[in-house]
Amino acid sequence: MSHELKRSNAPFFWLLFGAGGMLSALIGPVLVLITGVLVPLGLLAPETLSYDNVVALAQNPIGKLFLFAVIALFFWHAGHRILHTLHDVGVHAGTDAKLICYGLPLVASAVVGLVLLRLGF
Amino acid sequence: MNPPVSKRRPYVRPMTGWWKKNPFFVEYMVHEGTALFVAAYALVLLVGVLRLAQGEAAWNGWLEALGSPLSILFHLALLAAMIYHCWTWFRIMPRTLPPIRVGGKRVAASTITAAGIGAAALASLVLLVLAWGMGK
Repeated sequence: MSHELKRSNAPFFWLLFGAGGMLSALIGPVLVLITGVLVPLGLLAPETLSYDNVVALAQNPIGKLFLFAVIALFFWHAGHRILHTLHDVGVHAGTDAKLICYGLPLVASAVVGLVLLRLGF
Repeated sequence: MNPPVSKRRPYVRPMTGWWKKNPFFVEYMVHEGTALFVAAYALVLLVGVLRLAQGEAAWNGWLEALGSPLSILFHLALLAAMIYHCWTWFRIMPRTLPPIRVGGKRVAASTITAAGIGAAALASLVLLVLAWGMGK
């Protein structure tokens, strides 16, 4: 009887988890600091996040890619990590769990990608 | 072949609260839990991008919401979680990376962690300078 190993798609999701984890470890804290603390408290000039500034950032190809990468990869990181931690709280990481934990990041990535593209260049 | 019908009742240890009994595992669940905060911040940014696409008035509304005391407190909590994620991520990195050898000797775990934290500090500085430049 031959038992061929079925090719797993786990490495693909692990790669997204790793990329998101690395990105959030490197710049997660400073991004939260800037957008959530410094600018709202006026410790950085309010103009930093002015509409014109951020539109310019989103329309710049690198800025667009940066925004997409941060939002999408943060979601993918969280989805994969939450999926595998479900086991530790007694929830089986079955197809239902995967649909939510990978489905939501997929939807988020699609929405962010489309909106960023629609903002133009 | 008939499926096995067992009259035994094998003990299956319940999963509830197993991790609370050991401080090491409590810490493990906390650092895994930082993922929820990473997702929360991504959601904040996602809403921001949506508001940006809806025009200047919508964007300013999002900015105003970020300025509320509740939002600032929430972001301080996010900040703490992000910092802890950063710290634990690079603390584990020596084990998630394949063994690295330089000059025949294995690179120490503390070196790998320090390099990661250093990279985060450098990246943070760069982004802070860029943000400061954006405000001028």
